[in-house]
Amino acid sequence: MDLKLKALTKSIWVFHAATSPCNNCDIEILDLLTPRHDVERLGIVLVGSVRQADALLVTGVPNYKTKERLKKLYAQAPKPCLVAAIGGCACGRIIFQESYNSPCAVDEIIPVDVYIPGCPPKPEAMIAGIAKLIKKVRGEK
Amino acid sequence: MLKLFFQYLIFPGFLFSACVGLIAGWIDRKVSARIQWRVGPPWYQNFVDIVKLLGKETIVPEGAKLTFLFSPFLGLLSLILVATILGLNMYSAPAGFSGDIIVILYLLTVPALAVIMGASSSRNPLASIGASREMKLVLGYELPFILAVIAVIIRSEGAIKIGSVLGHQINAGSNLASWSGALAFLVAIICMQAKLGLVPFDMSEAEQEIMGGAFIEYSGLPLAIFKLTKAILLYTMPLFLISLFWGEGLSILALTGKYIAILVIIILIKNTNPRLRIDQALRFFWGPVTILAVIAVVLALFGI
Ligand code: SF4
Repeated sequence: MDLKLKALTKSIWVFHAATSPCNNCDIEILDLLTPRHDVERLGIVLVGSVRQADALLVTGVPNYKTKERLKKLYAQAPKPCLVAAIGGCACGRIIFQESYNSPCAVDEIIPVDVYIPGCPPKPEAMIAGIAKLIKKVRGEK
Repeated sequence: MLKLFFQYLIFPGFLFSACVGLIAGWIDRKVSARIQWRVGPPWYQNFVDIVKLLGKETIVPEGAKLTFLFSPFLGLLSLILVATILGLNMYSAPAGFSGDIIVILYLLTVPALAVIMGASSSRNPLASIGASREMKLVLGYELPFILAVIAVIIRSEGAIKIGSVLGHQINAGSNLASWSGALAFLVAIICMQAKLGLVPFDMSEAEQEIMGGAFIEYSGLPLAIFKLTKAILLYTMPLFLISLFWGEGLSILALTGKYIAILVIIILIKNTNPRLRIDQALRFFWGPVTILAVIAVVLALFGI
């Protein structure tokens, strides 16, 4: 296996990209990063700058403004960069599908690697999702 | 010539100091995790971080100068030199030259200068805030730190040489055991915390307000170099303090014990303090800390 990818899966620095969520998912993400769930043992750390990010945690339904921002953010992140869509909104726009200010879903703007559904998903669900993501990157079943 | 390269690149220079520094960085993360009732990362975490950063894309922001890529190396190279000089003095027979303390003091400021240069050439407003804070911090802590070193030099009869300072301590006992030495040690510990850029003096890379500040535009290789510089600094600074203040009995075991003791002090300060504002930090360094350092120098002049 590629050393580069292996190192990537053992040290994922995440960047939190909120594209107009209702804020519930964000709070669950913060919950995920608290000592109780302790994701640092998996090498996951929250970074403040997208230049240092290995994974974008996207929450919410993109609207006309945040759509452009999300595109820019993804372009600014150094590749290889993973994307996790967190919450029903980011996965499939749920009740906002027909909304007047929701032009498209997250995966129509940037490639999404893992979908973590829920409204909001529990931190445990996010950890399970990240475990699946790691398996996918490593090419395991 | 080959021996010099070996000393610079492998032992006690780059490879050795980087490994010790990365492990020390892990101890820091692990102990912090235990204090917060967590499990914490595995021991190889910092190594994995470096390898991962090396494998990532390096982004150079539009309009950034050449110094953006060049400054991390400047900091790393000068720091390796410090690690080599110190290591040669501590692990084998004293091999320094007259005035090497001054050289070390100069070289120890270069990593901070590298951060300032890199940040200000990255054309990011938040990075320039970080650079300006780092600059003020350097102005703050250099004065008391140099005064503390002067106290040590006075105590060892004016010898500006690591070897003689060590020799003096072997004959007359550690500097730490005297009043002036203990005061200067206290001052040096506080200045070390600021030099390492750890809480409460991490305002130049404050993650919560200015998003990593000076490092905001760095990614991939240059960021890895900066992380390595930080790691080596975490190895070099305590070693420098040990050689100045606690130089009695330098067997491998004693040295490791002393290093870990200083590391624990650093971690405890880091975990029990909130971040200071930059003006508070300046007032703190130019006020109480400098006064303590001056008292230490005066006491050293009287030989107490
Ligand atoms: S998925 Fe639910 S909780 Fe999350 S942002 Fe959308 S509406 Fe809010």
